[in-house]
Amino acid sequence: MTSVLYDAPGPKARQRNILYTVGFLAVLALLAWWVLGTMADKEQLESKKWSPFVTDSRVWTTFLLPGLWETVKAAALSVLIALPLGAALGIGRLSDHAWVRTPVGVVVEFFRAIPVLLLMMFASAAFVQFTDIESEIRPMYAVITGLVLYNASVIAEIVRAGILSLPNGQTDAAKAIGMRKGQAMTFVLLPQAVTAMLPALVSQLVVIVKDTALGGALLGFSELMYQNRAITANYGANTIAALTVIALIYILLNFALTSFASWLEARVRKGKKGTGAVVDIKTVDAGGAGPGAG
Amino acid sequence: MFDFLDSGQYDLLDAFWVTVQLAVYSAIGSLIWGTALAGMRVGPVPIMRSFGTAYVNVVRNTPLTLVIIGCSLGLSQTLGFSMGADNFDDIGFRMAVLGLTAYTGTFVCEALRSGINTVPVGQAEAARALGLGFFQVLTLIVLPQAFRAVVAPLTNVLIALTKNTTVAAAIGVAEASLLMKEMIENEADAIFAVFSVFAFGFVVLTLPTGLLLGWVAKRVAVKR
Repeated sequence: MTSVLYDAPGPKARQRNILYTVGFLAVLALLAWWVLGTMADKEQLESKKWSPFVTDSRVWTTFLLPGLWETVKAAALSVLIALPLGAALGIGRLSDHAWVRTPVGVVVEFFRAIPVLLLMMFASAAFVQFTDIESEIRPMYAVITGLVLYNASVIAEIVRAGILSLPNGQTDAAKAIGMRKGQAMTFVLLPQAVTAMLPALVSQLVVIVKDTALGGALLGFSELMYQNRAITANYGANTIAALTVIALIYILLNFALTSFASWLEARVRKGKKGTGAVVDIKTVDAGGAGPGAG
Repeated sequence: MFDFLDSGQYDLLDAFWVTVQLAVYSAIGSLIWGTALAGMRVGPVPIMRSFGTAYVNVVRNTPLTLVIIGCSLGLSQTLGFSMGADNFDDIGFRMAVLGLTAYTGTFVCEALRSGINTVPVGQAEAARALGLGFFQVLTLIVLPQAFRAVVAPLTNVLIALTKNTTVAAAIGVAEASLLMKEMIENEADAIFAVFSVFAFGFVVLTLPTGLLLGWVAKRVAVKR
């Protein structure tokens, strides 16, 4: 590996690098030694706390997999509802008419400025008061409502950036052959913008998956994170084991999505079809609530 | 409609003050930790590079809720690590700052790394030609220019961090969203008023930050 930031290591630098490697490994080992030692002290390393995840299929069939299913369901529904809503808002924000552009802009900026957790809690309270949704599925409705409101406005920004990323020649050419504004949008700009914003949309999916965990922790939505309590209650206070396994599931799921997004981005950038324009998720929403919330 | 504000029963300013404190401490922490991670990821020591990459990929893909609950349930309650705090409130606050720092640091690192890529290759080459070592090249030449390029992305990270402080409610830190949860339960007939008060509070926190730092970003950006 070559880098412009440092010279190719000579004999001295190689020695120094070995020294750094040893020092860094020592620090990591010290940390691991402390964690494992304390875990052993607090009886968190006992095999009966970890073995259920391998030997007892009921942990998976009654807790983890149903929880994962709820997580995936909520995330998928949120994105499916938020997508058309966000597209409408994004196009509305690009409208030539100020009376459309301004209110849409206010709505988008408002929902982007407040934490998604507030939206979920408000939705939950509003459902209690104004609807008769049963209490078992109410948390899921609240989580999806909150996620839809927040992510529709994020997607609106992605759509707007996607359309703006196209070369001006596209609009000019569409006008030159006599298309109306609406026709140019639906037949020329949007189809190309979709490819440009696909990677950003997949990255947003990661934020949505992570945000569903908020519903589990604070609204009693029985998704993956929520199962932590049930597992530790049933398998003898194996807090660390349960959290580790749950974290691994999230990481694998999100890592797959992130990798898919980078692959898509590379493909769109290199692709011969289209303009090669691509929306950088960071310009729209750095880490989202992702650092999008949760 | 807003008469619950005068009842003296709820201390809104206290709750938002905790939110601000969480945001400020975590912002400082994640700026330092993120810079260190970015340094490791672009550095000459292979083991540090792999550690940085692995850390960023793992933590960025974990829900913040899980990170913070892990800090509280796992680190503090199970392993007894309390960061020198002795009462429940302080431990919760410090664990929330720890979790937010660990999580937000990855986003700072990624923003900085893309900022480092905007610095022209000639800068680092010239610095090396002068005989500067890696650490000097990074801290004297590259990072100062990279930071000026990433004020805007870091502003987005800061705004997201401010909103993310609400997740600390999951471990019972008495910040704004926890108070909102309590108020929404007690004042069921005024949920719109309660929601608008808290929404307004967050708009007041995030909007000026964005405007101010957006102005700073334009001023300090390196013109190329």
